[in-house]
Amino acid sequence: MERIALLLAMICYLFSFGHTLFALGAGRFQPGRFNFIAMALGAASQGWYLSMRGSSEHACPIGNLAEILIFLSWSIALIYLVIGPAYRLSLMGAFTAPLVLLLQIVALLLPGETRHGFFRPNPWVETHAALSIVAYGAFGLACVAGLMFLVQEGQLKSRRPALIFHHLPPISILSEAMTRLVWIGFVLLSLSFAAGFIARLAVLGGKFWFSLVIWVFYAALLASAEKGCLSGRRLAIAASSAFLMALILLPVIEKLSVRA
Amino acid sequence: MNILCAGLNHRLAPIEVRERFAVQEGEMNEMLERLRGIEGVSGAVMLSTCNRVELYASSLCPMRALDGFRRILSDRAGQEAPLYHHETPYAVRHLFRVASGLDSMVIGETEILGQVTKAYATAADAGAATRPLHKLFQHAFRVAKSVRTETQITSGPTSIGSVAVELAGKIFGSLEDRRVMILGAGEISERTARSLQSRGVRSVIVSNRTYDRAASLAAEIGGMALHFDHWEKGFSDIDILISSTNAPHMILTPEKLEPLLKMRRGAPLFVIDLAVPRDADPSINEMDGVFLYDIDSLEQIASQSLDIRRQEVDRCESLIEQHVGNFLGWMKSCHGAGSQHFGRKA
Repeated sequence: MERIALLLAMICYLFSFGHTLFALGAGRFQPGRFNFIAMALGAASQGWYLSMRGSSEHACPIGNLAEILIFLSWSIALIYLVIGPAYRLSLMGAFTAPLVLLLQIVALLLPGETRHGFFRPNPWVETHAALSIVAYGAFGLACVAGLMFLVQEGQLKSRRPALIFHHLPPISILSEAMTRLVWIGFVLLSLSFAAGFIARLAVLGGKFWFSLVIWVFYAALLASAEKGCLSGRRLAIAASSAFLMALILLPVIEKLSVRA
Repeated sequence: MNILCAGLNHRLAPIEVRERFAVQEGEMNEMLERLRGIEGVSGAVMLSTCNRVELYASSLCPMRALDGFRRILSDRAGQEAPLYHHETPYAVRHLFRVASGLDSMVIGETEILGQVTKAYATAADAGAATRPLHKLFQHAFRVAKSVRTETQITSGPTSIGSVAVELAGKIFGSLEDRRVMILGAGEISERTARSLQSRGVRSVIVSNRTYDRAASLAAEIGGMALHFDHWEKGFSDIDILISSTNAPHMILTPEKLEPLLKMRRGAPLFVIDLAVPRDADPSINEMDGVFLYDIDSLEQIASQSLDIRRQEVDRCESLIEQHVGNFLGWMKSCHGAGSQHFGRKA
């Protein structure tokens, strides 16, 4: 059943992405419900998988890297479902779908050895880990908004906008969405740190320092954006590269986490 | 029963001729009354816009109806009316093309659909529309909607003003709280500013070498005049700069903009350079947050949109053809005896 849930999620995300690509290619893209519903079904299937895993493990289903990636992908999709309609970012689904799809494919390729009983001694550890992943979900969506910003800005600068230009949202809206998502991620990450301190997690390990660097980086990013020292373009580059870097280094953090 | 369409449009007659035959809104009911008085005409819808004056009539004797219409128009204008005319099925196809914007001066423009809707509503209110005309116009509205949603015939802006509005929208989103500065009070910058105002821009500052001209334009468009020597002082608050001065040298250079951009706290700036020779150094487009469009790039986008629209015409025509077939099917089922008229060319 768990495999079926993941397969369903993959099919939904693939449909959402494929449909948008086809519609854009044929020049018939209409912001509609199809992509949104496909994304919602994908997130629901992932939620189903995670609830099954949670029930069988009696813990938050983030016991190995594969589960962490699925949890992260689910968080990104969920945040998109909330943020997308609020900002009328119809095409954001098309940019989000490949990211969540990629995360899930990588998760499926990884061995699924669960660290049994990893969270049981302390629910604060579980809260800490879950909040961190949701925070990265928000940073992930900020990265998506940042990439959309860079594409749209490139279109505007080129003075020869292609068809996609008409479907992408205004850069001001993308910049606003990006800032809010970074704020959401930052607040969640701070709360996750607080939960970690309550759980008395090790504060001197490599995982701690890595997380602290990310926290400081996003704090500096927000401070610069609030002071008006950062243009939309720089914010987009910083938000996208920070998340991609964190994603690449996720297996390293996971290893450090296992050792801790 | 046959459907007759007769009239003149922008292709057949220049504006000096069209304006003589135009029917004003206040005269429409009287005109419809006269048209229904023509022998053989059972129902009539009259469409009068700046680009066309057309009659759509249901009639058993289309040629008699045409003569009557010609006479009425000639009496009104005091000159012979240069009319084209179509009967079923060509009249049906013509209306579907008109409502879809395929027969417009700017292909794919959507204003015509509102005008067709209004013409039909006026005729319906006056009791001048018969059942075939009701059915025909309601079908035409469906065709126009389908053409608009299933093709790209309305894609992209097609005038400098509308290109500027679209670009501003893609930079700022809503234009309601945006501030515009006009440097050089020329006609084209005035038109562009008006286009932006039509999309919600409320605050416009006009600066011109001749202050009186700036004041007069500012009064006309509800803006504020500023001495040309002081235009840089208003720069930190503006979002869109429309420049069309007669300056022989470039007045917007990276050196000049750099300190001014620092005051803007990273806010984007849209520069529309309509001047020839250009007011803005092209390299300012490389600056962070600055989007520069000159007259050529604006015109290029407008013509790009028109090209896309032209490429869509064939798809529109085949959609329309399907709908014409459907409508003729309905007519045959209701007026079987008259079906022999359908294939006859006007």
